[in-house]
Amino acid sequence: MAYNLKESVKKPERLAGGHRMCAGCGAPVVVRAILRALKEDDHAVIGSATGCLEVSTCLYPYTSWKDSFIHSAFENAAATVSGAEAAYNALKRKGKITGDTKFITFGGDGGTYDIGLQSLSGAMERGHDMVYICYDNGAYMNTGIQRSSATPSFADTTTSPAGNVIPGKMQPRKDLTLIMANHNIPYVAQTAPMGNFKDIYAKAEKALYTPGAAFINAFAPCPRGWRYETPLLMDIIKLAVDTCIWPLYEVEDGKLTVNYKPRKKLPVEDFLKAQGRFRHMFKKGNEWTIEQFQKDVDEKWERLLSMEEN
Amino acid sequence: MSKRDRLSGNEAVSVAMRQINPDVVAAFPITPSTEVPQYFASFVANGMVDTEFVPVESEHSAMSACIGAQAAGARTMTATSANGLALMWEMLYIAASSKLPITLAAVNRALSGPININNDHSDTMGARDSGWIQIYGENNQEAYDNFIQAVRIGEHPDVMLPVMDCYDGFITSHAVENIELLDDDAVKKFVGEYNPGESLLNRKNPISVGPLDTVTHYFEHKRIQAEAMKNAKQVILDVAEEFEKLTGRKYGLFEEYMMDDAEVAIVIINSTAGTAKETIKGLRAKGIKAGLIKIRVFRPFPVEEIAKALSKVKAVAIMDKCDGFNAAGGPLFNEVTSALYGRADGIKAINYIYGLGGRDVSVQDIATVYDRLLDIVNTGNIGEVYNYLGVRE
Repeated sequence: MAYNLKESVKKPERLAGGHRMCAGCGAPVVVRAILRALKEDDHAVIGSATGCLEVSTCLYPYTSWKDSFIHSAFENAAATVSGAEAAYNALKRKGKITGDTKFITFGGDGGTYDIGLQSLSGAMERGHDMVYICYDNGAYMNTGIQRSSATPSFADTTTSPAGNVIPGKMQPRKDLTLIMANHNIPYVAQTAPMGNFKDIYAKAEKALYTPGAAFINAFAPCPRGWRYETPLLMDIIKLAVDTCIWPLYEVEDGKLTVNYKPRKKLPVEDFLKAQGRFRHMFKKGNEWTIEQFQKDVDEKWERLLSMEEN
Repeated sequence: MSKRDRLSGNEAVSVAMRQINPDVVAAFPITPSTEVPQYFASFVANGMVDTEFVPVESEHSAMSACIGAQAAGARTMTATSANGLALMWEMLYIAASSKLPITLAAVNRALSGPININNDHSDTMGARDSGWIQIYGENNQEAYDNFIQAVRIGEHPDVMLPVMDCYDGFITSHAVENIELLDDDAVKKFVGEYNPGESLLNRKNPISVGPLDTVTHYFEHKRIQAEAMKNAKQVILDVAEEFEKLTGRKYGLFEEYMMDDAEVAIVIINSTAGTAKETIKGLRAKGIKAGLIKIRVFRPFPVEEIAKALSKVKAVAIMDKCDGFNAAGGPLFNEVTSALYGRADGIKAINYIYGLGGRDVSVQDIATVYDRLLDIVNTGNIGEVYNYLGVRE
């Protein structure tokens, strides 16, 4: 059946409303979009790294998760869920459980790119039948907006503050999606909850129902850390994709496909100017930071396109 | 019903694991526990067990995967030593507070630094307050027997806590000894099926594990955890009684050796108890009333029972194969003296730190400790409380 947003949102919600995530946050939008791709009859075991999502959706004695949920610590969400998946295989083999269960892990960029990278790499390499989704908001937001290796160049964070001498974070982002693609797992994708959500839905469905390990990197803006007006959430996501700052692509069994090529590639300023974290880049004397940012984005985009051709 | 064999401690524990046939084993190699997952991987490869073996990329992930698996309703096991246990530290507390009865073969090795692969107890002693039950064994037979009993103890509804089966690296883990093994069927029957009421894989009743627990409920949850540890003492004794019926081998909270009329005694853990028993035989031949208490259960700590067992001695030396770095004594010394306080006051107690990093301890070394105790009894002068045995000063 062709994808239809109106139909897909009629499915029962698996992340209940009333959770404590901020207005204008991208993470719960990502979570709900991913979970809509589950077949209604399938049970899910969902894990989360410590972070905003976990502390805001599972606060004793309440939980927003309609499926089974587990959080154990910050750096080990992938390992924790890999254990649950191993349990499923063993108990299924022994005939102790029936029905299909899918294994899903969410982590922010802190829990995924940085402190959790080892456990993620291990779980993916071992080939557990699970999907790891990073909701990438480009900093440690839960602890108060500290830089991560996913923080874009020049962003003003509390540990890479834009000062009189240093204009924010001086290093480029780590390219985690390609790192995961190089694990040679069956499915890797970079996505964003954009437009009619077709891209994220299709990728979640492939990731969930392709046997083996799968990784999805999902763009998830943070109004507190990025300092944008909350109603602008969907506009910011669209600008990230149309400037090619966050390209949408997937790698299936090693074959890379760029899923969206903007008809008119917008200048990076369009993305940067709506956010307080980049405000200093527009100050007199900092023009070079925008030029540098544009150059980096262009080079990475061209490299991605050439990888698709090859 | 049973068969005699000659096995190393690690072989014996991996045989116990095969006989238990757990659902999930997740482990990472570290000397001297490496052989346990190694033997077990071969059982998996040869189809001798139904277990899902997860060869994780670190001990932190080993314990994390065990937590995920046990929360999903699987009987789960692992093995580690020293730095591996230290890397698990964060997750040890989470396993215990989540009431997940994971079984861990903890093969005692000195904790870095400096790096050292030989035996002492600095690894598991550091984890003594993590909320795990800790059971120690003197030799291969005890390591095997304790591992089988650990499953029953941890999974008991009044307990539901993870259990460490602790035995000495190399001395026990690698030395081959005579051992009496149970039949596979007897072990299976003894441990039974693991069917937790709630689990992640129970699709009819989905649960959330590991919530953010704030000031409104955290304290009550820790109180429940503490109660489970209190309950464990009776369960350990009940399981031991059942095990004795099956094997004829008797286990308690600790072993009393020549304690009936002992005037001087030492309290010790694991393999050095064997050496100390030899010392005692020599002393008894000379008419010296020497005795020994070998701790089996360190967590929960048998406070009343220890105080009672020591109540008639005149002087006691508590032997720690681990320093406390509190400028006062080792962890076992602190536990035993605090047990005596108010329950058996007036007993002269001293502490010896011994065997760190695998330093050998001989029958003669232990004899010098008894000499010191006899001197205390004769002179009434306790002298230095915090002592070292066999170190070059």
